[in-house]
Amino acid sequence: MEAPRLTRRNFTAALGGIVLSFTLAPKLLLGQTAVQLPGSLQTNRTLDAWLRINPDGTVTVFTGKVELGQGIVTALAQIAAEELDVPLSRVTIISGDTGRTPNEGQTAGSQSIEQSGTALRMAGAEVRSLLIDLAAAKLGGAADTLKVTDGVIYAPDGRKVAYGELAAQVDLKREATAKVRPKPATQHTIVGKSAPRRDIPAKVTGGAAFVQDVRLPGMLHGRIVRPPRYGAKLVSVDEARIKAMPGVIAVVRDGSFLGVVAGREEQAINARVVMMEFAKWSGGSELPEPAKMYEQLMSLRSEDKVIAEKDAPVPVGAKVIDATYHRPYQAHAAIAPSCAVAELKDGKLTVWTHSQGVYPLRATIASALGLQPRDIRCIHTEGAGCYGHNGADDVAFDAAVLARAVNGPPVRLQWMRDEEFKWEPYGPAMTMKVRGAVADGRVVDWTYDVWSQSHNMRPGDPDGVNLLGSWYVADAKRPGPARHAAQPNGAGDRNAITLYDFPRQRTTHHLIMDNPVRTSALRTLGAYANVFAIESFMDELAAAAGIDPVAFRLAHIKDERERAVIEAVAKAAAWKPGEKGDGRRGRGIGYARYKTVATFTAVIAEVEVNRTTGVVKVPRIWAAADAGQIINPDGLTNQIEGGVIQSMSWTLLEHVRFDRNGIQTEDWNNYPILTMPDVPRVETVLINRPNERALGAGEAAQGPTAAAIANAFAAATGKRIRELPLTPERVKLALASPLLGKPLNTTRYPIDSSADVVEQPR
Amino acid sequence: MAISVKINGATHSVDAEPDTPLLYVLRNDLQLNGAKYGCGLTQCGACTVLVNGAARRSCVTPVGSIEGNEVTTLEGLGTLDKLHSLQQAFIDEQAAQCGYCISGMIMSAADLLNRNPQPREADVRSALADNLCRCGTHNRIIRAVLRAAKQKAGT
Repeated sequence: MEAPRLTRRNFTAALGGIVLSFTLAPKLLLGQTAVQLPGSLQTNRTLDAWLRINPDGTVTVFTGKVELGQGIVTALAQIAAEELDVPLSRVTIISGDTGRTPNEGQTAGSQSIEQSGTALRMAGAEVRSLLIDLAAAKLGGAADTLKVTDGVIYAPDGRKVAYGELAAQVDLKREATAKVRPKPATQHTIVGKSAPRRDIPAKVTGGAAFVQDVRLPGMLHGRIVRPPRYGAKLVSVDEARIKAMPGVIAVVRDGSFLGVVAGREEQAINARVVMMEFAKWSGGSELPEPAKMYEQLMSLRSEDKVIAEKDAPVPVGAKVIDATYHRPYQAHAAIAPSCAVAELKDGKLTVWTHSQGVYPLRATIASALGLQPRDIRCIHTEGAGCYGHNGADDVAFDAAVLARAVNGPPVRLQWMRDEEFKWEPYGPAMTMKVRGAVADGRVVDWTYDVWSQSHNMRPGDPDGVNLLGSWYVADAKRPGPARHAAQPNGAGDRNAITLYDFPRQRTTHHLIMDNPVRTSALRTLGAYANVFAIESFMDELAAAAGIDPVAFRLAHIKDERERAVIEAVAKAAAWKPGEKGDGRRGRGIGYARYKTVATFTAVIAEVEVNRTTGVVKVPRIWAAADAGQIINPDGLTNQIEGGVIQSMSWTLLEHVRFDRNGIQTEDWNNYPILTMPDVPRVETVLINRPNERALGAGEAAQGPTAAAIANAFAAATGKRIRELPLTPERVKLALASPLLGKPLNTTRYPIDSSADVVEQPR
Repeated sequence: MAISVKINGATHSVDAEPDTPLLYVLRNDLQLNGAKYGCGLTQCGACTVLVNGAARRSCVTPVGSIEGNEVTTLEGLGTLDKLHSLQQAFIDEQAAQCGYCISGMIMSAADLLNRNPQPREADVRSALADNLCRCGTHNRIIRAVLRAAKQKAGT
């Protein structure tokens, strides 16, 4: 047998005239309120939107969530198989296709298990019960005497009927009631086990696994030429010269959008190189001055919102300290540049895309191109791990523009490496200012301010078109405005509200409304930087109070599950209360409950600092996580470990380089990431809580890891670095300077207001 | 112009310019998915194949330069029915998140095992130092390579 391939036949079979073949939710009468249904059942209310029972006894599962390398498709199949009592091998899963699956918005924010998983759990239990009712009528017995094994329903006397035999009778075109109780965890045989990932065999044998592997007959290859700066206008390009190049079929020029279509991929790439040389551009916006970036960003127009406030008197004489932390622009830096295949045929546009949200993408492409959403089909096909909003949606639009230009043949477009690095929306640069007071070993005051650009500039915005290419075409669109997102999820303020039990606190989110550098969602949004700042500052407060950092945290936590992960990681790492660094080595802890409501994660890192070169290494790292009920332990471990390692890379190495004239990061040499020799083993402890709700975990480790490393560095050297990443230059500067990186001068409460703003050296 | 290439044991005649990077010939002319475009600059390793048993970045290897040489891609290593020990080990260790880098990892590991059938962990880390993984699957990849080496020694 050969590895599975995506062929034209498979694709057209998949197309097969199926357009919205599941039942749409019945339209509600004005004023009538629908019953609240759990998870994504609330927005996709019919059972057949989620599940089909097939005559051959297999089950087809539909989900609006998509595989991003996080293993979600496997976990969702486990949940459906569990509730239906069918073997996992008989479950097929179809995900993220505007022609076939529910609309579940974006696959983002570690919400798939909670939204799609909950819907499938409830729908699965209900469908199983419908099948049992049918079997009871057929076999002539009471439903509660029947038992289900591997998709076969048995009567006490041994007579049986298989699901497949009931496929034609079971009516799933009905609204879910969510009244059938799912199985208790004690009866689980599939959920809670490490089911092997369904996508891995094809990926290790060269099967068609990615959108990059889509090949359609007559398919052409496109490439795009980008301006030298954000917003620059195309003045001229020698189209005749490009058209004369081998294999070039079309030069696509639409306003300042410039692309090329050729018969062979390398021909399109060669044409791009020549076009980059000969295209003339003017204008474009200036970027912030890197050396003054944070000050400049904070001086921009912002919408300020107090997101948490609690008042209590502060004892006179309480020790007050403050600190300012920074996180730079950081890139998703997917291993694969973004890719899409688009085909415009008879007025219908089909796009194969690795977007995280096929429905929002469809709506936004429609408004950008002046098409009706019903004339567009977006089919999710995996790309490389994206870790948030990278170029996936943009390249889908670009490919659609090229496909429209050649009208008929499908066009495959993969961005080039420099294009991906320069044009993806980055995780925003952020500034966090904290002031805290301690008295008698307790935090008695806490003021936290975070400044950030938008973390959500995804397609789907009602007031703008968030697709890069659409800002450059002749009929140019504008991006949507920056928006606050409600707590507890938040955006730039995700995890900005401290989880600790402080009697007095005030947290303010300063949402920067301008976008001098293009930004959007990067894994965890603001949580990475907020947890880094909060947890760094907790160590600074612990030091001010003269208390061990682990004990200091535990003293401010009441919740048993929060305490348990901290205790678990301390135990795994054999943390010694009061342990000290030796100038080169040291350990630190970081803790957070992701988004305040998702997975609890605590991390302890050990760092080794080369005081001569300034290089920081992490030889050992421990993590403990409580994600509630564990669906797939191996999958969860993979997510936690991956998050730890990626965060380590962000924290030690990563920042986008630019000057006033443009982005300079364009390849892996000037955006290095952590590599094999520097990746430590990650020792992970999972706390399973089978009777608790399953919680999102895909982003849980990033913040705690950053804080653990920063705290370990401070423990090792006695100097604290408050600006990420911990590059050798920054480390050497901190170690050499008597001022930089020192603990801050403390003052006593009440504070003299004339000394209210204490600027620390950076 | 027609160029004759030997890929995974079979000889093909390909109509491409001799300076065409081998990567595009593999992917587009021969419809092989294994080798991937990642950077086109030899920095990431996603496009790694074996030329006469040694790892080579196909993104910068002109197809004209490999005439008369044997090229092996991930597909040539093994199939779903007959997995190579490395492919089996990557499945056993569930050594992938997104999996885009995995073909390159396996090909670089195959090169290592050709040279050093019983590598230590440090050897694996240094052999794969120039293969980038963005998901943080490094430890599983290392375990998979060591497992394949061990399994080979045992047979």
